[in-house]
Amino acid sequence: MIPLLAIESSDRYVGGAYLVFLLLLLIYVAIMAAKLSRIQRELGSIAELAEAPRPRKPDHDVGQIHEREHEIETVRQGER
Amino acid sequence: MADALKSITLHRLAVATVVVMGTGYALAFFAAPEDADQGFIQKIFYLHVPLATVALCGWIVAAIHAIRHLRTGDAKHDARSYVSIHISVIFGLAVLLTGAIWAKGSWGVWWEWKEPTLVSFLIVFLLYATYYPLRYAIEDRDRQARYASVFAITAGAFVPLNFLAVRLAEPLIHPRTFSSAGGLPDSMLWPFLVCLVGMAMLWTTLVWFELDSKAASANLKRIRRALEAPA
Amino acid sequence: MTAFGALLRKDLRVELRTLRSIPAMALFAVTAFVIFRFGLDREQLSGELAAGVLVPTLLFAALLAINRLFVAEREEGGFDLVRLAPVDRTVLFAAKASALVIYLVVLELVAVPIFALFFLDSASGLIPFALVLLLADIGLAATGTVISTIATMSSARDLLAPLILLPLLVPLVIGAAGAGEHLLAEGGPDYGRFGTWLGLLGLYDLIFLLVGYATFDFLLDD
Repeated sequence: MIPLLAIESSDRYVGGAYLVFLLLLLIYVAIMAAKLSRIQRELGSIAELAEAPRPRKPDHDVGQIHEREHEIETVRQGER
Repeated sequence: MADALKSITLHRLAVATVVVMGTGYALAFFAAPEDADQGFIQKIFYLHVPLATVALCGWIVAAIHAIRHLRTGDAKHDARSYVSIHISVIFGLAVLLTGAIWAKGSWGVWWEWKEPTLVSFLIVFLLYATYYPLRYAIEDRDRQARYASVFAITAGAFVPLNFLAVRLAEPLIHPRTFSSAGGLPDSMLWPFLVCLVGMAMLWTTLVWFELDSKAASANLKRIRRALEAPA
Repeated sequence: MTAFGALLRKDLRVELRTLRSIPAMALFAVTAFVIFRFGLDREQLSGELAAGVLVPTLLFAALLAINRLFVAEREEGGFDLVRLAPVDRTVLFAAKASALVIYLVVLELVAVPIFALFFLDSASGLIPFALVLLLADIGLAATGTVISTIATMSSARDLLAPLILLPLLVPLVIGAAGAGEHLLAEGGPDYGRFGTWLGLLGLYDLIFLLVGYATFDFLLDD
């Protein structure tokens, strides 16, 4: 056996057990990281939404409403 | 006291968790003596038993949150119950895997039916694994939360009973336990307790972390809905 | 006539008329015995093998009844009737659980003698075993009614109920099969740990009747 791999079998089991634990923890961190980046993306698109000029008057014409809806739809599609 | 509690932030808890766990495992490997019977393999004890203890307590905590949810109807208790179960299930998976490795190292087999704790854990794990299909199968949010709470309470009541039952199933003379946590010499007990506390802190940190993440997502949905609402 | 009595009578009368559950359970059990005869390649069973065939078979047959426990309510809107009536919802729990116990007892009155006919050489252990089965039935009914209610209101109901129920019923299997192993032993019943098993089953019954009683209200709140 290559001296590098000449680990006692009992050491291997102990190492294996602690390694499994660490791996599970790291997998959890990776999943949470993915969630975090999803949140960041959503935050970005919402910031854009908030900054876009929005007509405040209640009596605007239908054309403006359609325009607004189209903008929102585009933002949504952009991040999918 | 209340002020002291308020100053516990997730960040501080996470740091403290690292410190405590680091200390615990350093003690386990460098201060605690090697076990006379099992040898070096016994070091898995400092990982496996805290994981198991904390997972079980986590499920009981989830049941308590569920009771509060049913009594108050406040969704935050449901969220706490859900996340508590979720993190405990992950810990439970770790218990089964580390238990199998310990069994292989001690007795040469990957699974041992005569180890009552391992077997009880398998049953409880299988039960809580059904929590997810249960939640996904119910569309109505309010009903989903209520039914999940009833499940969490039923399962919480089940845990101690199950451990008793499995223990009774084994012939009284021949259970194969890894070791009894009672009857530990002090030199092993203290490292074990530090590891146990560290594991409990890790559980709490992860639950808190997950709850914050969920709250953030929920708030984002609220903002989006508010922004998209016709002015 | 109390609400409990009325609900129970309704269920029993419907079962008698439609024979929805009991014949299916009995047929399933007997067929399962035949399968075990070939699966194990044995014609005589005793001790742990006998218990190991009888108890799980009764359990799986019970799942059939549990799945159908609320079929009538679901199809004919019976839940609404109970919700609107000024009745304590826990009465529905008591009535359904009692109906389930009755179905299980009837099943056992049919299936257990047939089991004895097929596999046992001595039936003397069956009388004390009947007590064990009764305690197990109560526990099964308590847990089964709660889980059946949960599953009924979900979309994957036929799959969900057995999935959630089977781990929950393991202590009952441990108790019933543990007792059966001794009572159906080769040379005649042995009362070795009889008290222990009765105790375990009784404890299970107590805990889950309490859990069902305390939480059932929240399952029907709408």
